[in-house]
Amino acid sequence: MSGINPAAPRRRSRFSELALETLIRILGFSTIGFVGLIFLFLLREGLPVFFEVPPGSLFSARWYPTFGIFGTLPLILGSLLVTFLSIIIALPLGVATAVFVREVAPRWTREILKPIIEVLAGIPSVVLGFFGMTIVAPLVREILGAPTGLTAFSGAFLLAYMALPTIISVAEDALDAVPRGYRDASLAMGATKWQTIWRVVVPAARSGILTAVMLGMGRAIGETMAVMMVTGNAGVLPTSLEAIIRPVRTMTATIAAEMGEVARGSTHYHALFGIGIILFVVTFLINLTAASAIFRARRKGGLR
Amino acid sequence: MRRMLLQRLGFVLLGLVTLVVVVPILLVVGVIVARGISAINWQFLSTMPYNGMKQGGILPAIIGTLLLTLGTALVAVPIGVGGAVYLSEYARDTRLTRAIRLAIVNLAGIPSIVYGLFGLGMFVLFFRFGTSILAGSLTLAIMTLPVIISTSEEALRAVPTEFRTVSASLGGTRWQGIRTIVLPQALPGIITGVILGLLRAAGETAPILFTVAAFYLPRLPRSPLDQSMALPYHLYVISTQVPGMPLSVQYGTALVLLGLVLSLNIVASLIRRYFRSKRQW
Repeated sequence: MSGINPAAPRRRSRFSELALETLIRILGFSTIGFVGLIFLFLLREGLPVFFEVPPGSLFSARWYPTFGIFGTLPLILGSLLVTFLSIIIALPLGVATAVFVREVAPRWTREILKPIIEVLAGIPSVVLGFFGMTIVAPLVREILGAPTGLTAFSGAFLLAYMALPTIISVAEDALDAVPRGYRDASLAMGATKWQTIWRVVVPAARSGILTAVMLGMGRAIGETMAVMMVTGNAGVLPTSLEAIIRPVRTMTATIAAEMGEVARGSTHYHALFGIGIILFVVTFLINLTAASAIFRARRKGGLR
Repeated sequence: MRRMLLQRLGFVLLGLVTLVVVVPILLVVGVIVARGISAINWQFLSTMPYNGMKQGGILPAIIGTLLLTLGTALVAVPIGVGGAVYLSEYARDTRLTRAIRLAIVNLAGIPSIVYGLFGLGMFVLFFRFGTSILAGSLTLAIMTLPVIISTSEEALRAVPTEFRTVSASLGGTRWQGIRTIVLPQALPGIITGVILGLLRAAGETAPILFTVAAFYLPRLPRSPLDQSMALPYHLYVISTQVPGMPLSVQYGTALVLLGLVLSLNIVASLIRRYFRSKRQW
């Protein structure tokens, strides 16, 4: 290899090396630039809405773009409803699965379970949405006896499964980072494995589990296709508990469904970008919090 | 031994909950394979759709997705691997480096539909690429970056430090060490990461809604500035926007998309497993 031959002419390679290393440095910094660019272009197309529509009516209860009424409240509440429902479903499932995989299951079971959960992470959301439409929604309709199976619950159900791979893998890391000594001490004092798991290991891992839930939430609130395909997309304000089994409309689905038909530069167009800004800021804050928790933990030697 | 009985019961319960997680996954794959397989034949994969997409094949959607994935790779791989080399070989633990890491986590967390808006604003309108394969590839590439960077960085960091010291002790410069030793050693891991990132891009619908996707375009794209059909968007269209679409065609399309993504997934994990077993360090 001429590359490591010390007798090779140095000057030219020095120069091209410097160029390459500079390029690599730039590529390293580029991610910051991309986050900035994304925010910038959202602002560029979305900010005008805050001048075109009075701020009060931007958060009013009705979203009727064809009549120039852009109240985003039903969409925001719709997203929150679906997201929280999905976390309520996913949290116990995710934590129990992570505990089972990490603490209970024998090696061969783990070898089977892990790839299956990875498969779930790989299924495109439109395929899950399609499955939800053709299989889950009819089931929901029959069980609830509701007029339609396209409900907030169906969306939350799919979202829960989409958030599960993230929740399980982060929660597993958190359990893994609990020092052996904790377990040994608990077992030595006569506790069973079961008691050790729930009274020592899981509590010690709780902040990592919280991080897992936050990341799962970030995924759920931003999910678009599956939600749009199974929630029925009715832009009504979810006011009572019954809203769970009624159609609902999320922020993401609104953008996806309406952006194709609006004229560029119209108030409606700016309003959809405005929703994009809200989504960006919300997920940014969620991920920032989760990430700083992870980084802090890593510096201390393990996610916990 | 009531406590042991309780533990037994508890473990069984945990196992059952795990089944609740795992069985639906197998069910999704199983149902789509079982109902889609009958629609799949050579004609379905290799001809244009006609009669409002109710008949014929899905060739333009398959080609569109392959081209988009290729375009995504051309942009995302150099930037992603370069960024990973910077983070693992050059960056020290400064505030700036931490900012880069936060940016990567945030890029990974931005909703896919927001990427779609960004692509529309920047590539379609500002750069005037129009709805095109080019605009879509660039959008998907930025979305894929965090996956490629984090997996590649992990692969690079796994290469033992001694390899770098030995290269330096032989008189090699830092870059020579990276190019001739570290990168080749990390290559399997990088390839795995690249495949994982690309298969995510291939399955995405929301980012291409306003940047590439053509509802019904029964011809193949001729240039990067052409619109194109794509598998995920096509599945969305035929399952929600076209009344009277035969279910078998819908399931067939879902199966092709799922098959593409899952087979790439399997390839990635085979590569990982093979090289892990051959590795001598």
